[in-house]
Amino acid sequence: MVATLIRMTGDWDLAEECAQDAFALALERWPRDGVPRRPGAWLTTVSRNRALDRLRRTAAEAVKLKEAAVLAPPADPDGAGGDGSGIPDDRLRLIFTCCHPALRLDARVALTLRSLAGLSTAEIGRAFLVPEATMAKRLVRAKHKIRNAGIPYRVPPAHLLPERTASVLAVLYLLFNEGYAASAGTDLVRQNLCAEAIRLALVLTRLMPGDPEVLGLAGLMLLHDARRATRVDQAGDLVTLEDQDRSRWDRREVAEGVSLLQAAQRGTALRGERPGAYQIQAAIAACHATAAEAAATDWAQIAQLYQRLRELVPSAVVELNRAVAVAMADGPAAGLEIVAALEASGALPGYHLLPATRADLLRRLGRAAEAAASYRQALELAATDAERRYLSERLTASVRDAQPS
Amino acid sequence: MKYMLLVCFDESVELSQEEGADMESSGMAWATEMAGRGIRLDGSRLSPVSDATTVRVRGGEVLLGDGPFAETKEQIAGFDVIECADLDEAIEVASKHPVARFGAVELRPFWLD
Repeated sequence: MVATLIRMTGDWDLAEECAQDAFALALERWPRDGVPRRPGAWLTTVSRNRALDRLRRTAAEAVKLKEAAVLAPPADPDGAGGDGSGIPDDRLRLIFTCCHPALRLDARVALTLRSLAGLSTAEIGRAFLVPEATMAKRLVRAKHKIRNAGIPYRVPPAHLLPERTASVLAVLYLLFNEGYAASAGTDLVRQNLCAEAIRLALVLTRLMPGDPEVLGLAGLMLLHDARRATRVDQAGDLVTLEDQDRSRWDRREVAEGVSLLQAAQRGTALRGERPGAYQIQAAIAACHATAAEAAATDWAQIAQLYQRLRELVPSAVVELNRAVAVAMADGPAAGLEIVAALEASGALPGYHLLPATRADLLRRLGRAAEAAASYRQALELAATDAERRYLSERLTASVRDAQPS
Repeated sequence: MKYMLLVCFDESVELSQEEGADMESSGMAWATEMAGRGIRLDGSRLSPVSDATTVRVRGGEVLLGDGPFAETKEQIAGFDVIECADLDEAIEVASKHPVARFGAVELRPFWLD
């Protein structure tokens, strides 16, 4: 459908937008009026009409804009629409509707992929290891709720905007992580999820250029994605950041991620706000992505950023990451102290990275026998084969080192 | 859009006299505000579930139960019928209901024909 429209209008963005508009209209109409006999034809007709309207309007607007620029005072600098939130765009309305917090998180994710990314129900099902029929039911249920419960199709008013934007960003980040973390699905499907999450985040940065967290999240995704090719080796094993081939990182994505991060930083400075959680994580990712070699990483800066992140998001996983950064900046003993405090607090039971981190720090302190014991503990908890292989290798090395030569 | 607000809480939780009085007055204030805004159409508190009778007809026979239809911790303690522009407005109205602070308020849209 998008391809048809591109051929017709010669404008990729316009075509995509009109296709999305048609889906949005379908979302409104179909549950009410029933699905048309030929849904594909219906969508194509609606989007083609929409495209023609747009083209006519743009031509008319170009003339009007020139007049307006001469006549009107520069009121309403961000071009606010009638809804008072300043963001007049159908696609944005659709994102906010799909990500409404009254919908279950899995439904939000599925709806976003279906309506905004245009993935088929079967594709979404494959990405989340759910049978197509189950995914279809989930989508229908969500669309029914949108209609029957009166979930508004609009960009939320200013007083709801921060909270609702957070919900949209959470959905996009979940999409990205699902693609990145390799928990399910084939490689191709996963790559597709990451690409869609990035594309939607970038759309959002254009629609809401004044929101630092939107910029921060888009930057964060790009900075992670830049390292995609080097994260696993040919055997499918995870390659640690330290051992990744930095020459294969995507320079273009790093540059774009960094410039988005800088825009986010300018935004928070301008508003006199503290940086949000996505911006801080993007800053951490940028420290890694811009270090010419592993040894050149600014670990002191990273440790500080984790400290700020921890104040914002009090999570034991963040604290564990801070321990690693502190260990790199101030030595393994300092990191070990934080790990010990975490263990004493009883946080992260059954989480293999806790003993794995302790093992690694002990190994670097030359306490090989203790390290081996911790590697064994981590090995029992690790969930994936790749992780178990990695830990087994480290365990073997520690046992060897622990033996008196 | 019309919604039924099912106001639920755990009946076994005892409020102090002061809390009870506060709940009473803030509930009244809520009802007055929402009626004034043209949102609240109807509503009432309900007697406790110990006063409830559940009726079922099976095979032509009327079966009665002493108590609520479902044994859950939180029980429906009252209801309100509200008319709102959309779910966002209904959420705003429900979140201002005093019982939402310790119990739960379920928003049920009326059946659409």
